[in-house]
Amino acid sequence: MTDNMPNTNKPVKPFKLLAVVFGMFCFGFALVPLYDVICDVTGLNGKTGERYEVAGALEVDTSRWVTVQFTTSNNDGMTWDFMPSEVVMTVHPGEINETVFIAKNTTGQQMVAQAVPSVAPFSVAQYLHKTECFCFDQQVLEAGESIEMPLRFFVDKDIPERVSKLTLSYTLFNLPDVAVN
Amino acid sequence: MSTLEAHGHDHHGPAKGWRRWLYTTNHKDIGTLYLWFSFIMFLVGGSMAMVIRAELFEPGLQIVQPEFFNQMTTMHGLIMVFGAVMPAFVGLANWLVPMMVGAPDMALPRMNNLSFWILPFAFALLLSTLFMDGGAPNFGWTFYAPLSTTYAPSTVTYFIFGVHIMGASSIMGAINIIATILNMRTPQMTLMKMPLFVWTWLITAYLLIAVMPVLAGVVTMMLMDIHFGTSFFSAAGGGDPVLFQHVFWFFGHPEVYIMILPAFGIVSQIIPTFSRKKLFGYTSMVYATSSIAFLSFIVWAHHMFTVGIPLAGELFFMYATMLIAVPTGVKVFNWVATMFRGAMTFETPMLFAVSFVVLFSIGGFSGLMLAIAPVDFQYHDTYFVVAHFHYVLVPGAIFGIFAAVYYWLPKWCGNMYDERLGKLHFWLSFVGMNLTFFPMHFVGLAGMPRRIPDYALQFADFNQIASVGAFIFGATQWLFLFIVIKAIRSGKKATAEVWDNPEGLEWTIPSPAPYHTFSTPPEVK
Repeated sequence: MTDNMPNTNKPVKPFKLLAVVFGMFCFGFALVPLYDVICDVTGLNGKTGERYEVAGALEVDTSRWVTVQFTTSNNDGMTWDFMPSEVVMTVHPGEINETVFIAKNTTGQQMVAQAVPSVAPFSVAQYLHKTECFCFDQQVLEAGESIEMPLRFFVDKDIPERVSKLTLSYTLFNLPDVAVN
Repeated sequence: MSTLEAHGHDHHGPAKGWRRWLYTTNHKDIGTLYLWFSFIMFLVGGSMAMVIRAELFEPGLQIVQPEFFNQMTTMHGLIMVFGAVMPAFVGLANWLVPMMVGAPDMALPRMNNLSFWILPFAFALLLSTLFMDGGAPNFGWTFYAPLSTTYAPSTVTYFIFGVHIMGASSIMGAINIIATILNMRTPQMTLMKMPLFVWTWLITAYLLIAVMPVLAGVVTMMLMDIHFGTSFFSAAGGGDPVLFQHVFWFFGHPEVYIMILPAFGIVSQIIPTFSRKKLFGYTSMVYATSSIAFLSFIVWAHHMFTVGIPLAGELFFMYATMLIAVPTGVKVFNWVATMFRGAMTFETPMLFAVSFVVLFSIGGFSGLMLAIAPVDFQYHDTYFVVAHFHYVLVPGAIFGIFAAVYYWLPKWCGNMYDERLGKLHFWLSFVGMNLTFFPMHFVGLAGMPRRIPDYALQFADFNQIASVGAFIFGATQWLFLFIVIKAIRSGKKATAEVWDNPEGLEWTIPSPAPYHTFSTPPEVK
């Protein structure tokens, strides 16, 4: 790159450039798992992670109370009744709690649904652990059938002091392609 | 290879008739094809802008339905970006890069032919959607999912394949340009002796091969979501629409530099000629361009400040974005320093180049305002954003292309253009462009949202001014067509040098440039 170097014209092979193109095409797709990993690790986007396995006994911090609110909503094209049985729970960090959500298929045909969770504030999403959740599975309901869906969770005792309230929201999605079987 | 050379000896001129253009592997012919194609697309995309401005002349719905208005904004953006600006720069590179580095042709002439001739098919696919049931793409040129997947018109598949083809064309063009610049320079031309237009195109070509595949990837994901039941961007299946925006803008931000860096190069060629001085700070220009290209990869999320990224992310992308002002400032400083105490004259190319420096800086400053995350929440998706990116694209990319055409046209066709008409074209474009886009800053700050066919009464005055300016600007481009045709058919014969002592190998060959040039490598000091 210096001014006085003679131009040796070592040829660049165009197929090497094609390899760059192919690599960047793959990189575009690699962004998909990368994005999920980043969201999981940081808890961004309110992602709550997969089923949490409790190893050993949990230490319960009885000196603190954390309020957990539940909200539900239906995505476009979803007609089920869907609601929490309790709207608010006040819990100790480290204590395992259980509640149920109620869903009813109000249509005249079998439908399959998937609930997707999200936690607000986003920054503390990774402190809410679910040991059992209906959102881990698809829900199949016959026409007019209703179901009580369990949720077992606990709030991590390492949750920052400033947080006294969490909101766990579920959006219910219609999976029309799955319902065909 | 040896058969090719043997064949080369028995014909020295172009073939006759349409076969010349369809089968050509000559960089000058292909450059001409690219430039005419991009001009046609410029008129098509421009007429869509006229529909938009006519509808926005008054509040309320007058001329078109909202559905069609959305198709117009979407198609205007797509056609101007992929059909007008990018092919025009590739056309200029085809014409100029071999002549500037002393090469007989592009490195891969047959691929060059292919990369041009697939473009008309790409845009035929895209434009044909206007005449189909469901209409053309209506989700904005940024085609955010799920607007472009779940809620898209059924013609979205034509759009996807169109983008695939134009992406392939750009990638082939970029590979060709890199191979030409790195392999085919005349022996004494070291990298740091290359003209700046060649430098900026080399960097642009690397940006192209880095991000066009990502664009191809993101439209492929859309295709799979729409037709093959995947859920990349559908939350119902575990995907995420915000992911779309990340992948799109990872392509999209380098893309905006793809549309401006070659114009930087053009201006860096023109200003020294008409200031009769050497370019100030050649080396710093090269490094500034490289820095801008590098930074363009790490600022994409500034388009997404309002999607809910964490504070640390907002700060990182805000500061990284503002950092781009530093190398850009170096370039503007160098252009001004080149003009400083120069014996300046203001022929048409220089008028466009000087107004490029001034108006692009205005667009740069509004870009700095948008980079500030806390205030971006107010500016986001308003006409302020529209004003910003039109200020960098119209007097940036488009004026750069105009300047280049006026500057090198005498070399291409052998005749001078009509200077009086050229100046008229400049002043009408300059006034029309500013009338159109400057008031958009005001209505944007006052809260007028973009991509909406109707608006509150309070915005009426500024919108009428903008519409009048747009009609002036649009009509003026027919004058440009007239000037170019007039120069090709008649006009004063140009000398080999054309201008007063310009720098570069392209001025050492006769005007018009012979069909084959630099069959033996020229000497460079």
